[in-house]
Amino acid sequence: MSAAAEILVPGKAGEGEALVLTAPISFWGGVDPKTGRIADVRHPQHGEIISGRVLFLPGTIGSSSASAVLMELVHNGRAPAALVLHEPDAILLLGLIVAREMGWETPTAVRLGRGVFETYRGTTVKVAEDGAVRAIPGKL
Amino acid sequence: MSLALSQEEQAIAAGKDGAGMAMRIVAESARLLGAPRLIPIASAHIDGALYHGDSGTLFAERLIEGGARVAVRSTLNVGALDLMGCSRVRLEEPQRGMARRMMEAYRKLGCEQSWTCAPYQAGHRPAQGSDVAWGESNAVVFCNSVLGARTNRYGDFLDIACAITGRAPEYGLHRPENRRARLVFDVSGLSASFLASEIAWPVLGSLYGREVGNAIGVVTGIGDHPGEDALKAFGAAAASSGAVGLFHIAGVTPEAPNVETVLAGSEPEAVVHVTPQMAAKARAGLSTAAAPKTIDAVAIGSPHLSQAELDMLERLIAGRRLAVPIYACTGRHVLASLEQDGRRKRLVASGVVIVADTCVVVTPIMPELAGGVLMTNSGKFAHYAPGNTGYAVLYASLADCVESAIAGKPRFTDIAA
Repeated sequence: MSAAAEILVPGKAGEGEALVLTAPISFWGGVDPKTGRIADVRHPQHGEIISGRVLFLPGTIGSSSASAVLMELVHNGRAPAALVLHEPDAILLLGLIVAREMGWETPTAVRLGRGVFETYRGTTVKVAEDGAVRAIPGKL
Repeated sequence: MSLALSQEEQAIAAGKDGAGMAMRIVAESARLLGAPRLIPIASAHIDGALYHGDSGTLFAERLIEGGARVAVRSTLNVGALDLMGCSRVRLEEPQRGMARRMMEAYRKLGCEQSWTCAPYQAGHRPAQGSDVAWGESNAVVFCNSVLGARTNRYGDFLDIACAITGRAPEYGLHRPENRRARLVFDVSGLSASFLASEIAWPVLGSLYGREVGNAIGVVTGIGDHPGEDALKAFGAAAASSGAVGLFHIAGVTPEAPNVETVLAGSEPEAVVHVTPQMAAKARAGLSTAAAPKTIDAVAIGSPHLSQAELDMLERLIAGRRLAVPIYACTGRHVLASLEQDGRRKRLVASGVVIVADTCVVVTPIMPELAGGVLMTNSGKFAHYAPGNTGYAVLYASLADCVESAIAGKPRFTDIAA
């Protein structure tokens, strides 16, 4: 699979195992800013680590502190390798916008249709600086 | 549509100072959201002063080093410390020092030391129809829905950037056409006794958030105004389970004198007929603990307790001694009245722990307890406590919370939906 995605927030290219969330998440209260672990016990992917993964997000809910949690993950070196969103998320992506202003290296955030998220499940995904999202052949 | 900045805005954004940084953050967000321009705002409520890690402190201090100051009235949401000294926060150094530096930085930026998630009950009530930039999900939803002022769900850091620039991206709920209801959430199928009960509003809020997500809906089937604290509980629960920034209640909230007006002449895209089974399921979903024999604590006050809610707590305890603590979270705006007539002393003597300026799910106050069980009447606490505190949650009315705290074990009164 490969797709040319719209860049929402530019950043460095990233590669990692796909983590396709099956339900929207609140980063604050839902993701531990120190470890990147999904801490929301009601979330279907509870216990998964988002750090270093290419994170496919079907949506975000809840607290307006999602930006703070994402920026803290960036600052701690525990951010996802890249973020793939269905639509621009004003709250979450602020974490990247502000981290860039602080001069910290941030992952790329791109936009892809929610319909193709599942095709990346179980693969290693590379998100290039130009927004190209592709599953790496032979790497599972 | 691409963003057009005025010459003045462009000049500010080109600066190396704090104002320039703030303007670039506002402009970059506006671009991301497809806003055509920036609009002036009347006030801000800042959620960004809560410590989640060092990065937020470093950001606020960078703004101060750059000489930034807020341009509009800006109240502060909770921080990570109880500056009033009511409760002991178990945050250790170096985090404690960083959290204090962060709170201090926001004070230096010119924000009011309100430290509450219910600023709308602490005297910050922007006029209906005015544009503001508010953060914190419950404050946002109350500001839009109950006050009728216009704000989007401003994330941490964009809130302070808007406050410094005095501007916000023109998109979303700032535009009147985006505020009309598209969905109907009809509760007329529920019993009058359930709708009159205190648990109706957090339970329905939780269900509403899950059903509508980020869409705008109107609740129908409500007879009388349920009171501001009920709307506060509804909005907080809805904004926890969904991305709700604005709700309407026909005949109750200011932009919904009736259903037709708030639907603006269009047919609703969907009608959710809430059944007693749906309400019962939503209520059950607020608890994560499976029939525990004992409880370890009760937490109330998310959003922060009002004067009326503290009065109710005192009446329900009626001078009795609690077997497990009730953590009562509130803002400093109600502390003064608690000091009158020895009320605070009486509550503390019963076993209530007053928490001011912060709350038990945003900072470590309750003891770490493997397998701990927390009871609450707040839909928002019910949502966030398991992830943030490690306690399993039992949801109940305030009356049942108090009786359970006295008994040390769960006590439930039957309230049929």
